[in-house]
Amino acid sequence: MTVASSTRSTSRSGKDSAAAQSRRLLVQHSVLPGFGLTMGVTLLYLSLIVIIPLSATFLKAATGGWLYFWHTVTEPRALASYRLSFGASLIGALVNTVIGFVVAWVLVRYPFPGKRILDAIVDLPFALPTAVAGITLTTVLSAHGWIGRYLAPLGIKAVFSPLGVVIALTFIGLPFVVRTVQPVLQVLDPELEEAAASLGAGRWQTFIRVISPELWPALLTGFALAFARAIGEYGSVVFISGNMPMRTEITPLLIITKLEQYDYAGATAIGVVMLVISFALLFIINALQWWSGKRYA
Amino acid sequence: MRESHLSEPTAVRWLLIAIAVVFLAMFLLVPLAAVFTEALRKGVGVYVVALREPDALAAIRLTLLTAVIAVPLNLVFGVMAAWAIAKFDFPGKHLLITLIDLPFSVSPVVCGLIYVLLFGLQGWFGPWLFAHHIKIIFAVPGIILATIFVTFPFVARELIPLMQAQGTEDEEAARVLGADGWQTFWRVTLPNVKWGLLYGVILCNARAMGEFGAVSVVSGHIRGQTTTIPLHIEILYNEYHATAAFAVASLLALLALVTLVAKAWVEWKAHESLKESVHEH
Repeated sequence: MTVASSTRSTSRSGKDSAAAQSRRLLVQHSVLPGFGLTMGVTLLYLSLIVIIPLSATFLKAATGGWLYFWHTVTEPRALASYRLSFGASLIGALVNTVIGFVVAWVLVRYPFPGKRILDAIVDLPFALPTAVAGITLTTVLSAHGWIGRYLAPLGIKAVFSPLGVVIALTFIGLPFVVRTVQPVLQVLDPELEEAAASLGAGRWQTFIRVISPELWPALLTGFALAFARAIGEYGSVVFISGNMPMRTEITPLLIITKLEQYDYAGATAIGVVMLVISFALLFIINALQWWSGKRYA
Repeated sequence: MRESHLSEPTAVRWLLIAIAVVFLAMFLLVPLAAVFTEALRKGVGVYVVALREPDALAAIRLTLLTAVIAVPLNLVFGVMAAWAIAKFDFPGKHLLITLIDLPFSVSPVVCGLIYVLLFGLQGWFGPWLFAHHIKIIFAVPGIILATIFVTFPFVARELIPLMQAQGTEDEEAARVLGADGWQTFWRVTLPNVKWGLLYGVILCNARAMGEFGAVSVVSGHIRGQTTTIPLHIEILYNEYHATAAFAVASLLALLALVTLVAKAWVEWKAHESLKESVHEH
């Protein structure tokens, strides 16, 4: 009798713990309530606002047929727009990587007057609506503008030219590298540099061999974020670029042009190309962040 | 100040500072100053007239309406998503976070396009909506939907890392002491994350009021009816009313400045409360 009951209780507790374990595998910290409700609302809202509309776009592109799709996304005007969007975004992101690094370095390491204001103003491109940035950059850089009047005599045309697109895309990507590199510089262990210096390394050597390896993941992440943002940017570019087909027409503008001509299938095809590029970049950025996160964990 | 062998020569230091200051001044301060200078170029009278024009007032009203709907919805969603993601463990969490971040990586123009393909005349639901006389695209609902999409991740992405870092111990203690779920949330979780939450809302609002690309696609640019402040600026600028365009733009530039100040203030507050909690322990 005792044996039987003890066996039964063991088997029951065994079963309990198995059930509890599988529960724990699914949802830990089960003391807290609200998982069902919050998860349900999250998934519902995410599906309605993001997932279903995005999927519908891919489905719409598929209804046009593969041949039409391929023809649309490889026509010369589309190819020219990819070249401009990619090229200008790439240059903008590269400039931002170099300057962003200098800005982050200066903000973290050197004391100087006005530093806090400079630090706060770095986020301006995030906070300033793109249309405002667009008309302002165009005005400042035009032949009579505050900066443009000094560029015009040098023969530099900064508005209604590919250079204008590069400048606008540099502007909107500016905060990314600064804000990814800054926290890494802040937590960099000074003892590493101390050790390098005491072992006889010069400042430049210390920078190349000790500091820069720690910064690469953050620099790359910032570069990728700035690039991804620039590829999709519309508002700050349309005013400054002049929107000449084949010359200063970025890909998002081509979508708008097609929509205005009621060419919905064409707009969808180009839109799908942009979506695929965005997803690829998102994937790369996630991998980079995972990589840099692992390094500093 | 760092010791000399751990810093760069003075000349290098000042050169780097000069590069940073000159670049940021040219790229950020000059445009910012230009907005207000251009806005006031023809005097305060013209400035005020540009802002009191009926189409401008309608644009301001529509922008406020859009933000009043989009921001609270994304706030509630952000808090719920952060609670589910930060306080519980479940498979697929990383994928869920990536999906929530997705609207950030989609071009604003494509954000608008996807709603046109759903609700426009050529879209999936277009014929049905047309038959029932419901207008979403080229009307206010489309503008609100597109704004919700582009501002979707702001609150969630501020809260998730913050709540993950804080763990669940405080909430568990509250539960053990007899608090129910709501009490735990209102009295324990919310005070812990209030500054991050506020910052997320501020960013979400700035973007909701300033969004241009996505709204431009779905708006149809009907003056006084479907033009938000950024679209009104575009119309004025393209019609060579530059001063009026900059007058209206100065409103959004002011909003951007308020956002930057609020960010600095929230960061300072969060820093203070962190210091306090270190003192307590």
